[in-house]
Amino acid sequence: MMNNRKPAARQEAVAGMPLAGTNARAWKFGDNIDTDAIIPGRFLTINNPDELAHHAFEGTRDEFAKKVKEGDVVVGGRNFGCGSSREHAPLALLGSGVRVVIAQSFARIFFRNSINVGVLPVVCRDADKIADGAKIRLNARNGYIEADGTRYVVEPVPEFMQGIIDAGGLVPYAKGLKEVLVCTKSQR
Amino acid sequence: MGATIVEKIFSKTCGKEIRAGEVVMAPLDGAMIHDITGPLAIQKFYEMGGSKVFDPERIIMLFDHQIPADSIGAAQNHVYMRAFAAEQHIHNYDINEGVCHQVVLEKGRAAPGEIVVGADSHTCMYGAVGAFATGIGSTDMGFALKFGALYFKVPETIRAELSGRFTKYVGAKDLILAIAADIGADGATYKAIEFTGRTVSNLDMAGRMTCCNMAVEMGAKAGIVAPDAITWKYMKSRRNMKPFVLRSDRDADFAERRSYDVSNLEPQVAVPHNVDTAVPVNKVAGTHVDQVFIGSCTNGRFEDLKEAADVLGKKKFNANVRVIVIPASRDEYLRTLEAGLVEKFVKAGALVEAPCCGPCMGGAFGLLAPGEVSLSTSNRNFRGRQGSTDAKVYLCSPATAAASAMNGVITDPREV
Repeated sequence: MMNNRKPAARQEAVAGMPLAGTNARAWKFGDNIDTDAIIPGRFLTINNPDELAHHAFEGTRDEFAKKVKEGDVVVGGRNFGCGSSREHAPLALLGSGVRVVIAQSFARIFFRNSINVGVLPVVCRDADKIADGAKIRLNARNGYIEADGTRYVVEPVPEFMQGIIDAGGLVPYAKGLKEVLVCTKSQR
Repeated sequence: MGATIVEKIFSKTCGKEIRAGEVVMAPLDGAMIHDITGPLAIQKFYEMGGSKVFDPERIIMLFDHQIPADSIGAAQNHVYMRAFAAEQHIHNYDINEGVCHQVVLEKGRAAPGEIVVGADSHTCMYGAVGAFATGIGSTDMGFALKFGALYFKVPETIRAELSGRFTKYVGAKDLILAIAADIGADGATYKAIEFTGRTVSNLDMAGRMTCCNMAVEMGAKAGIVAPDAITWKYMKSRRNMKPFVLRSDRDADFAERRSYDVSNLEPQVAVPHNVDTAVPVNKVAGTHVDQVFIGSCTNGRFEDLKEAADVLGKKKFNANVRVIVIPASRDEYLRTLEAGLVEKFVKAGALVEAPCCGPCMGGAFGLLAPGEVSLSTSNRNFRGRQGSTDAKVYLCSPATAAASAMNGVITDPREV
């Protein structure tokens, strides 16, 4: 099941998020895809991305875990990743080889979790127009993506998260930090 | 221009004026981890090079989702977290106290004006005491455990102004389901929702918790109620602090104001498979139910169980319905027990379980088979949430749950 995922590309995901050049298949989902759909509650004792990947979208779209390939892209409608704060959801995608999710909008916690674990959430108001199975070319850095040759504008990521994205996630970002500069001068 | 209660909390914490939209690295007054998201958070803490947590006294640890351990995997997660608690000198409530959000408030681990995070989306419930509280993921929690601070984009606030008196067997859950249907599942994304008005002033802590708990179901970062006499009374036995004034200014810059009059509100039921789908109970009355769950952080308090017991009266639950009652915490369990309600529920045919999340998250027990229907006082009815993706979950108040459990079909509690 894991044979179609190249370890070399996984390394790349850890070292930095892919912002351009991916030529991938779109896995299209609808509005309000919740984190229970991405990874059901009964699998939350698992903390390993590769193992979680076996159960990604289980019961919602069973073919996903069987057929997803390294570098594929998940495309959603509005409010993608709503519900539980479970980081197992973006981890299940990461373990599946998915490092980019494109949606019209994201739920707040999922958006932040994705960036933190090294999956790039891309806001594209026209994501609903992208067809299932479309070939996706990313050029998020330049503000657009292409789906089957059609170009769509994407929104820039929030400025304060760019550093985390550039580092490849919050763990590599935080590793180098000895302390953080809090908004108040006097620590309580 | 005045400030919102959320802007005031961040301004006070940072010692300077902070406005919605600003990004701040704010120090944390509390951080909560439980058995589902905790192991990953601890793992991330170590991966970030963490060796000592920022302040063991500000970290709240407990197990509630899979207790007593329902699998070897869950047991291993518990063991891993216990070892971390021992190493870091963190007080671990373990499996003994109940559902995380209820326990945090009961133990006074969140207070007015504080900034608290939890590795659980329903952390927004602590807004019931006037704290700014929000759910985060495990990696953010790893960062929080290490540094005791986190990046926040200070949210704008939607002001929900509530007026009118609830009629019999209509309450906070019906209200929040109606508000969720009005605002929509993503209508408050990145925003806070402040509940205010005469109805809120008259609402007990249990009802405020129910409302704030479900703020995230509209995508909100936080739900909040300005502290008042009811709040300070609740805090009195829990925290040694002097009451102070903390509320939004009249001329604060709200993202939006919405008014709701509860006088004519009917019992609400959110239908599968989204939370923002509430309809008056009579629209779905007669729908067959296989399982009824009365409990969760949303509706597992004594007041909720009392309401269910009042509807039940001296009658019995329908023999074809599996009725699962779970008080939200040890304290709430004891209150329920001492009031004689446990005996009442058991005699009526219910299972009364020890405090935990129960069927709400579809991981531990009480899972549904394909084709089954559950009616639940919890907060989510997503497809597959309580088991099979071919099962259905409806959400309602404890009163509606009790009435429906008696009849075996969804029932208006005013008609039993």
